[in-house]
Amino acid sequence: MPSVAGVLPERQGFGATRRRDRWWAVPVATLLGLTGFLVYSTWAAFQNAHFELGNYLSPMYSPVLWGDSHHAWFGPRPGFWPSFIPFSPALVILGAPAGFRLTCYYYRGAYYKAFVSNPASCTVGKPWKGYGGELRFPLILQNLHRYFLYLALGFLCILTWDAWKAMWFVDPATGQETFGIGVGTLVLTLNVVLLGGYTLGCHSLRHLVGGVLDSISGRPARRCAYECVSWFNLRHMNWAWCSLVWVAFSDLYVRLCSMGVWSDFRIL
Amino acid sequence: MASRTFHIWRAEAGEEGGFQEYSTDITEGMVVLDAVHQIQAESAGDLAVRWNCKAGKCGSCSAEVNGNPRLMCMTRMSDLPEDQPVTIEPMRAFPLLRDLVTDVSWNFEVKKAIRKFKPRPPDAEDGTWRMDQRDVDRVQEFRKCIECFLCQDVCHVLRDSQKHDEFIGPRFFVHTAALEMHPLDTEDRLADLRKAQGVGYCNITKCCTKVCPEHITITDNAIIPLKERVVDRFYDPVRNLFRIISGR
Ligand code: SF4
Ligand code: SF4
Ligand code: FES
Ligand code: FES
Repeated sequence: MPSVAGVLPERQGFGATRRRDRWWAVPVATLLGLTGFLVYSTWAAFQNAHFELGNYLSPMYSPVLWGDSHHAWFGPRPGFWPSFIPFSPALVILGAPAGFRLTCYYYRGAYYKAFVSNPASCTVGKPWKGYGGELRFPLILQNLHRYFLYLALGFLCILTWDAWKAMWFVDPATGQETFGIGVGTLVLTLNVVLLGGYTLGCHSLRHLVGGVLDSISGRPARRCAYECVSWFNLRHMNWAWCSLVWVAFSDLYVRLCSMGVWSDFRIL
Repeated sequence: MASRTFHIWRAEAGEEGGFQEYSTDITEGMVVLDAVHQIQAESAGDLAVRWNCKAGKCGSCSAEVNGNPRLMCMTRMSDLPEDQPVTIEPMRAFPLLRDLVTDVSWNFEVKKAIRKFKPRPPDAEDGTWRMDQRDVDRVQEFRKCIECFLCQDVCHVLRDSQKHDEFIGPRFFVHTAALEMHPLDTEDRLADLRKAQGVGYCNITKCCTKVCPEHITITDNAIIPLKERVVDRFYDPVRNLFRIISGR
């Protein structure tokens, strides 16, 4: 690679900029938003209680692989779970969605700015002298984003199934399942829609379905898939935030209803 | 007609420069480059500024206006806050030649080192090719680039970390994407992208996309798809295993 002939201007100091706008607003909002979510989701994941109410299941706990819930796939707490870590069905699965968001191209750009000021914002000086980008460990692992995508697609199917189940209420008198819609059904369904919009707009998915090819005109199915994913991808940031907030709200909704603080309203 | 104050960077190459204050009258419809020319005519005959088309098409008049990388000829005075002086300074990612003019020749050297377009053998006997418009549409966006180098200027990898020796910058990822995703091209640039051209230094913070006067979606449409192709080749363990087994 050619070197620069001549002297480059001196580096700007941390926070130095000639910008006049509130450049710090977006990184600060990102910092607060992500920290808020992190705190709430960690707290909620450790609760191991109030994550279900009848046919409603909090998306932060779905799927319940092991646990005392009637939603559990494989029965109660497994023997391999270390005794010094409190058990919660959420802790078993949360690594997948967390890894998906952590390695998402949008979130990466956002948290590099908000959490480590690398850069603080566009044309604003950063505090770091050296810079390794995503070339070294651990950040080189960001390249594995597609594997989290594969998991996320599985989760999306499971959450869709949960939303479907949230439409079937057991009549306590007869024990029969009847179709119905409660506010909780809408909350869980909207959660799937938002997560769907986020996951289906993933850059790795865009690559996988068509971006990898230089010519897709002769492959109608792939072209259509590429165009659909590109459409979601256009507003990937918006989907990312809406789905993040709504996942937390869905958990909170089920939690508060299950605790009796709120009561679920049956619309149908 | 209202008089406006300007703080314009003045310096010779290698010299420590500073802002000098100028005032000039601004009339309706003026852009920053008009104001600079007026100041040049009225009070700073030796002020160096590069420009050519005054139409946002030659990419010569790049500078930083109020801290934002902009084409001076496309920045309307009426869009800048009236109660503060307008600061104009040269791009920071390149060596200064004088005043507002930087030496952008590094970019041309970088471009020379990128593997050229290598089309497949012609499709027809008359030596021509056939392509579907929908396939070329994807790379069409990249061809709008006017080489203003504002994206290079704003990219922290060049601007702050000064990785000019290891990183080609957003402009040349756009250029590489235009070649690499072209339906006729057969050249392979992935190893270069990973090693010599440092695509892994880009941390997708999208400042380049924000400043591009041609509204090229640099990060989402050029850089990330290139990164994904590099992942396919070098970082995806399953694909690599498959490649080893299938011998492809
Ligand atoms: S997205 Fe990448 S290339 Fe663009 S400004 Fe940010 S680091 Fe530089
Ligand atoms: S990609 Fe956009 S900002 Fe970068 S040099 Fe080309 S026109 Fe300028
Ligand atoms: S890029 Fe955001 S989810 Fe894959
Ligand atoms: S003078 Fe040509 S782009 Fe501004």
